[in-house]
Amino acid sequence: MTQADSSEAVVQTAAGGKATSAPLLGRDAEPTLFELSHPGRQAWSFRTTGLPETPIEELVPTEHRRTAPVPLAEVSERDLVAHFTRLSHRQFSVDLGAYPLGSCTMKYNPKVCDTVAALPGLAGVHPAAPASLTQGWLALLVQLEEALCEITGMAAATLQPAAGAAGELTGLLLMRAWHDAQGSTRHKVIIPDSAHGTNPASVTLGGYEVVTVPSDERGCVDMASLRTVLDEDVAGIMLTNPNTLGLFEEDIAEIAAAVHQVGGLLYYDGANLNAILGVVRPGDMGFDIVHMNLHKTFATPHGGGGPGAGPVAVSERLVPFLPGPRPSRLEGDGPHAYGWMVPERSIGRMHSWHGNALVLARALAYIQANGGNGLRRIAEIAVLNANWIRQRLTGTYDVPFDRPCMHETVLSSRNLKQPNGVRALDVAKRLLEEGFHSPTVYFPLIVDEALMIEPTETESPQTLVALAEALERIAAEATSAAGASMSEAPRPTPVRRVDEARAARTLIPTFDARP
Amino acid sequence: MGTYIPHTDDEVASMLSFLGLSSVDELFDVVPEALRLQRGLELADSAGEPDVLAHFDELGEHNRARGDRLVCFAGGGAYDHEIPSVTKALAGRSEFVTSYTPYQPEVAQGVLQAVFEFQTMVSRLSGLPVANASLYDGASAAVEAVNLGVAASGRERVWVSAGIHPHWRQMLATCAAGTGHQLSTIDLSEGRTAWPDVESLTGDDVPGVLLVGYPNYLGCLEDIGAARAICDRSGAILVVAADPVAAGVLRSPGEWGADVVVGEGQVFGTALGFGGPYLGLFACDQSHVRRLPGRLVGETVDADGRRAYVTTLRAREQDIRREKATSNVCTNQTLMAVTAAVQLGWLGTSGIAELGLRCARATKYCRDALLAIDDVTPYAAAPVLREFAVRTPVPAATVIERLADEGFLAGIALDDGYADGEHGLLVAVTERRTRFEIDGYAAAFAKAVA
Repeated sequence: MTQADSSEAVVQTAAGGKATSAPLLGRDAEPTLFELSHPGRQAWSFRTTGLPETPIEELVPTEHRRTAPVPLAEVSERDLVAHFTRLSHRQFSVDLGAYPLGSCTMKYNPKVCDTVAALPGLAGVHPAAPASLTQGWLALLVQLEEALCEITGMAAATLQPAAGAAGELTGLLLMRAWHDAQGSTRHKVIIPDSAHGTNPASVTLGGYEVVTVPSDERGCVDMASLRTVLDEDVAGIMLTNPNTLGLFEEDIAEIAAAVHQVGGLLYYDGANLNAILGVVRPGDMGFDIVHMNLHKTFATPHGGGGPGAGPVAVSERLVPFLPGPRPSRLEGDGPHAYGWMVPERSIGRMHSWHGNALVLARALAYIQANGGNGLRRIAEIAVLNANWIRQRLTGTYDVPFDRPCMHETVLSSRNLKQPNGVRALDVAKRLLEEGFHSPTVYFPLIVDEALMIEPTETESPQTLVALAEALERIAAEATSAAGASMSEAPRPTPVRRVDEARAARTLIPTFDARP
Repeated sequence: MGTYIPHTDDEVASMLSFLGLSSVDELFDVVPEALRLQRGLELADSAGEPDVLAHFDELGEHNRARGDRLVCFAGGGAYDHEIPSVTKALAGRSEFVTSYTPYQPEVAQGVLQAVFEFQTMVSRLSGLPVANASLYDGASAAVEAVNLGVAASGRERVWVSAGIHPHWRQMLATCAAGTGHQLSTIDLSEGRTAWPDVESLTGDDVPGVLLVGYPNYLGCLEDIGAARAICDRSGAILVVAADPVAAGVLRSPGEWGADVVVGEGQVFGTALGFGGPYLGLFACDQSHVRRLPGRLVGETVDADGRRAYVTTLRAREQDIRREKATSNVCTNQTLMAVTAAVQLGWLGTSGIAELGLRCARATKYCRDALLAIDDVTPYAAAPVLREFAVRTPVPAATVIERLADEGFLAGIALDDGYADGEHGLLVAVTERRTRFEIDGYAAAFAKAVA
């Protein structure tokens, strides 16, 4: 990181994460597939089966038979390809450029995992096939469970939950089942005021009431406040560590002792697990239940909003309550090494089948590619990158909590409000013009004009420099005469700022609802 | 070996020096010493790509049920349909695969418009005006529909047809432990739900939600009109779990009077993949839109007045409403929704009808062939479309084991929840099954039960 790196070069050849070279063809909106439709066009083709062509009247009783066809688009394969390819050109992605979206861990997704997920021996397996015919899949799931337990320091895990929020609900239902088994009825679950929105929503679905504890001036759980709400009506506490401010909860051992003291359980929201891989484990911190977001920490791609996978690992005492059936190693000399087992006090199923299996396969491939030492290196570089960007931008942006961060840092643009009224949203939109995805804005809710930046370990130092320079240019512009027009940003994007209020006021959820 | 971190040692040293640190370990000084993992993770060392692929190839070799080895006659909510090259190519585009939730609509129009088109297609298939951007899978969509129905009706009693997939019913029960909903399983008679009389019920016994399959788990065509009539009398919300492929030839659930339609969208271009990731479909009447779970994309305009798309009615969602949200869903199955939009674009108006017809033809041919075998009898009398159950003289699990040796995945053994379930085999026949395959299957079947 020499002086020369930060010079204003037109072409920064080493900044692989900057995407201002992306081509932009024209300013027209892409028509919908329905507008590209022309009666009689056809793309489909099916196998030649040699079966009798029984008429529909002999196959479907009249009262059940559709009287008019389902009106879908009628397009050629060529037009179908052109349409979705053009749509893809209107979409930012990790493969295109850096995506420092805090809390989302938008790291590079290795291509080898795509190949794994497409293998015929994995992708072509029906989920209802018996264990005797699916030994490879069972082995894979057991291997992943064991790796995740080693990484988190827990005893066993369920791989069923399809995403983080499903993992949270699973964890809360485990909490409920455990307290029920102790003969104890409890009503409250504690969450910090910096928590992800899924936490309180999951608490409600788990049948509990949310009790919020404030953060202290250092950005961590306020111990004194926590003690005032801890009593024997508390089923547990949900924590993210490092928390959503990117800060490590240093008092975690004390928090764990206090919660366990009143008979409560500790739930670890694994959204930020990337920061601590191989460094410290939730189980060693005293957590009883841990969910992981494989689509964050273990690089399974986000797919524009999903699929994810949210396995939940637990300590020994909660193992009998895990969802089932669970893939398991079988004892004895039977013909097969693996089978399905239902834990004796299982809370039940949390998925139609066995979880998002191909996402799970990708995660195991990622773990194997990186190996034990490689996983620790991920945490180290993720934390290094975040601290570098925090240090570099200190002074340019407000730093609400001025202490070393973990894998992400929360800055504030409140210092840029005067004289032009520039807000965090404007900074975010303006950064799009610089070839970077925006950071997360206005979260956590407890920080005014929050900009939450998570570079991840896969962005190079040169990309960080380019990102920092872009944010510095934006800050300088915000308080200069040019700042008055920052609400116009972004300008070179496929569309400019969209009217969200109109979308909600005049709801058009389908093409058919258009006026 | 495998690493996806660009930094050289020199660069790391330079960055540490910028931070006033001398080692990466110092980055973790905030972590109390006593908590730190002193040893390394006990996992194998990093492996290069060829070694990783070899490992997974080997695992795949141990899956005898893989579709390229056993001809698939299993269904139960997961079906072996054609996935054309065009769907694989477009759905595999990295702009769709490696993007996040469209929080910045200016650079996410691709995903947003594809989801808008998906919502339109699901709406048309279901016959209801609003569809969301997807849920995890069929079971989770059913859970969300029940939650919506209870909130809308104000009653916690839920009548769940035994013709709903057993796994979905198990997940409903798991989640009811948290919500407190009162689930009642309504048994089948000859393959159709035998709804109790609702007139004599009072108070907590009156259902707030009815959940029924169309076709149901046994492949039978339910009398949705009868369920609708109960809802009209009791004020309950009618949730129909519809097979969206069957919808190509069947009256739509909306036309039958469904308030909410849920379904498993794997059938539209997503691999069997041992059960996931799949695609939860969810559509509802306009009157329930404020309670809709998950994301919804709406059309609007940008600052220049051009057509644009954005996630909307965001005030329902967990990140804004927190503990009062209608659902906790955040990440959904967007990539599978985009995949379904491509697949339904490929099928089009004529293709979705042709697909349903071909499934029905192949199913009839296969069912007739199996019922011609001695001691193989219909499991239920109700009409079927693209899946059916038969009663077998030997346990269904035995049939499956024996047919695997002949190159077929014979179907799914019914579980204990069904009368004489041990001898019930559920068989699905998609448009991919040829006469040659079905004839071979029936011949092997006859041998297996002889």
